[in-house]
Amino acid sequence: MELQIEDSILVKNYIAGDEKALETLINRHNQRISSFIYSKVMDRDITEDIFQDTFIKVIRTLKRGSYSEEGKFLPWVMRIAHNLIIDHFRKNKRMPKFEGSDDFNIFSVIKDDKLNAEKQLIKDQIDSDLSLLIEELPEDQREVLMMRIYKDMSFKEISENTGVSINTALGRMRYALINLRKIVDKNNIVLTN
Amino acid sequence: MEEIYSEEQKICKIAKATPETVGFLLAFSKSMAVMKCRNLQFETVLN
Repeated sequence: MELQIEDSILVKNYIAGDEKALETLINRHNQRISSFIYSKVMDRDITEDIFQDTFIKVIRTLKRGSYSEEGKFLPWVMRIAHNLIIDHFRKNKRMPKFEGSDDFNIFSVIKDDKLNAEKQLIKDQIDSDLSLLIEELPEDQREVLMMRIYKDMSFKEISENTGVSINTALGRMRYALINLRKIVDKNNIVLTN
Repeated sequence: MEEIYSEEQKICKIAKATPETVGFLLAFSKSMAVMKCRNLQFETVLN
């Protein structure tokens, strides 16, 4: 029959410098402590992390000589693990984590509105081409188009700034767009994104 | 077979820290020392 050394003796030996005693303690209680953590967090990776943090605390406390032996090594370790589990849930409450699964991917619902690098390059090119085309328009039409598109002014504001009626401003805008399309068609320019 | 039983393993509540984690803890323990100077304690971890 194999004689099992008591935890209290192993702890005493470990404090005295016997590293093998720690190995025995960890291996003896590994499954029980891990299963306890896993039953609460239900994630094997997090269980592993909390198990590791638990024993780092145990090692530090024992090496500092702050542990008082009362024959309750396992309950003491379980209490440390329990407190770390609470810390884990508190931390997660502040920063909720969402992990997708094979059935559902969060990125199919949430999308990044920004253009990717390639589309951004194309957009920049179109913007620069368009500004060259606008230069070809007659002065009065260009003025209205610039105010409407680039300065985001209303037709009322445009009419006040240019000293023409709203209808004239609208008409100039309409002709500016018609002429732009004509220039695009005439020169076979492709403006797409 | 591994594929078929993978879900079952997740449900199983028996868990055990991997030998790597245990190995890390033993290495940490060996590398860590507490120095006492007057009334102060200093922790040192040697790589």
